[in-house]
Amino acid sequence: MSEPIRYMEVNSRGVTEVTQERHPMNALLREERLPHIWCSGCGIGTALTCFISALLKSGLDLDKVVVVSGIGCTGRVAGYVQLDSFHTTHGRAIPFATGLKLANPELKVVVFSGDGDLVTIGGNHFIHAARRNIDMTVICVNNFNYGMTGGQHGATTPVGSITTTTPYGNYEHPFNLPYLAAASGAVYVARWTVLHVRRLEKALGEALAKRGFSFVEVISPCPTNFGRWHKQRTGLDTLKYYHEKGVIRHGADPKNVDIELGGEIVEGKFLDIEKPTFLDSCAGIVRKAIES
Amino acid sequence: MSEKGLLTGSFFMQGDIACAEGAIVAGCRFFAGYPITPATEIAQRMAERMPQVGGTYIQMEDELASMNAVLGASWAGVKAMTATSGPGFSLMMENLGLGIMTETPCVLVNVQRGGPSTGLPTLVAQGDMMQARWGSHGSYEIIALSPSSPQELFDLTIRAFNLSERFRTPVLVMTDAEVGHMTEKVVIPPAEEIEIVPRRKPRVPPGDGYQPYLPDEDLVPPMAVAGEGYRIHITGLTHDERGYPSTSDDSAQWPLIQRLVNKIRLYRDEIIQVEELNLDDAEVVVVSYGIAARAAMWPIELARREGIRVGMLRLITVWPFAEEKIRDLAPRVRAFVVPEINWGQMALEVERCAAGRAPVYLVPHPGGDIHKPERVLAAIRRAVA
Repeated sequence: MSEPIRYMEVNSRGVTEVTQERHPMNALLREERLPHIWCSGCGIGTALTCFISALLKSGLDLDKVVVVSGIGCTGRVAGYVQLDSFHTTHGRAIPFATGLKLANPELKVVVFSGDGDLVTIGGNHFIHAARRNIDMTVICVNNFNYGMTGGQHGATTPVGSITTTTPYGNYEHPFNLPYLAAASGAVYVARWTVLHVRRLEKALGEALAKRGFSFVEVISPCPTNFGRWHKQRTGLDTLKYYHEKGVIRHGADPKNVDIELGGEIVEGKFLDIEKPTFLDSCAGIVRKAIES
Repeated sequence: MSEKGLLTGSFFMQGDIACAEGAIVAGCRFFAGYPITPATEIAQRMAERMPQVGGTYIQMEDELASMNAVLGASWAGVKAMTATSGPGFSLMMENLGLGIMTETPCVLVNVQRGGPSTGLPTLVAQGDMMQARWGSHGSYEIIALSPSSPQELFDLTIRAFNLSERFRTPVLVMTDAEVGHMTEKVVIPPAEEIEIVPRRKPRVPPGDGYQPYLPDEDLVPPMAVAGEGYRIHITGLTHDERGYPSTSDDSAQWPLIQRLVNKIRLYRDEIIQVEELNLDDAEVVVVSYGIAARAAMWPIELARREGIRVGMLRLITVWPFAEEKIRDLAPRVRAFVVPEINWGQMALEVERCAAGRAPVYLVPHPGGDIHKPERVLAAIRRAVA
């Protein structure tokens, strides 16, 4: 990258503009692949920044951290991180990650993908990996639509939303992702919008440290394809909306955190429990049987 | 190899079980599958045997997941396999393509049954031969093997693993319900008599310019896996030698697709195995494979007793197709007879390579049973009439 990088640093002293020759997260980004494909105002970059910050603070051996993505806008994350990374087929990041983790339990496996990928086409894998409590962190950027293909509705689109395939308003009931994850067997469930970067980073750190199936839903603007139909033509409009509608409610019952068009967005850590992982249980039961 | 890894000896063994044991001998230590007749016994055997040899068995939620878990395991550095039948094979096609595109060594066993759709779950067919060749989208070359007995299913499963590592590609074992469910003598040789091909690893340490898709002279790139420090990026998108997507024009697509095809096509002599029987004086050549070839042995014998000089070309490797063999035979035989348990699949390849120089008589069968000897015999008689 020949162009110097300019960005805004936010800390307790306020906001300062910083100019650097290298990207501040250069150590974990494939600089030669930048600029990325994400639209202006998209929240995926913020989610990725929070993830990288959390990862750098995690103390994990970065040579053992693997990022697996499916297909879609968020699916491109795997291609930008300077880690072992796999960009797989649509909806199948979780079973691919399952194979990686079970074949080499030393790996720290992170699935980073979008809502259409993880819970619409890939919904079956999502619930079964949670049920088995496979030791992996699943980060789902939820922008309520299929961005890559031009803004179609999916399994997370709120009722009444206008999308390119719901021109009269969406009439399907959406999934409530924290409820789905918790009911399926996840041991850690949190949700944050990309406005709440510090809290999001902290949640991602906790999820990375958790043994078992940890799940973080990241609510993200998509001005190009979703916001445009909902009076949020820029990413900033959506962040203002998050500021207005976001409600932090740690420990809320996941079944009460549905997202409705124009309604509040409940955020926080909803679940943090201990349970033997797939490999714990497998080792325990199989060893006992073989040795007896 | 661990104590129970190799059961050297002579056994009365079912084909599906022999397949599982062949995989274990080849070094398979990860199996992901989904129950489906008539391949289920492979999964059951693996569920029992994987923990004994330090491997992992997982029953996934469907065949899409099974195929992906196998790819993931291979990228974690472990030899991996799945086994299925028709409906599951269809579900695996997309991710077979991911395996081909990302050059992931692994083995996919298809114990074929009658189709289309749910078809004849417990009964034999060979109806997926063209699906094996063309079932995933896009242009590619594939390796597929077809055993005629439980012993050969054992041997070819080992060979499938070896070829998958040698060429860095998924390899298909296209067996069927007859061979899978047949119980016969299977000899498992001592370890030192079994050739095992190891994975080709990078020759430079991490940080020293390793590129995941920079091929060796034979067009096969050495393979780093996750967790070794190489920080690889692997994608199903068209990619350059660094593994980075290159999709704005056809500049990466050309060299990539040519290499994926040529790494197999140019080495087909190394891959193709056939069994030849009485071809020297043959005026009629039966071309067949798998259980159909075995069922053709008796009608061939009957025809020879009648004085018809008939020989057999048995395809052990079905893909790549043994085209040179057919091209060589075509000008000097009167006809080819192709019995197969489908409505004409490999017969199309025989026709293509015979190129009008000898007629090709298909002996079709929709599946559900093997050919009655008289049907194959009638075709041989017609070929010389």
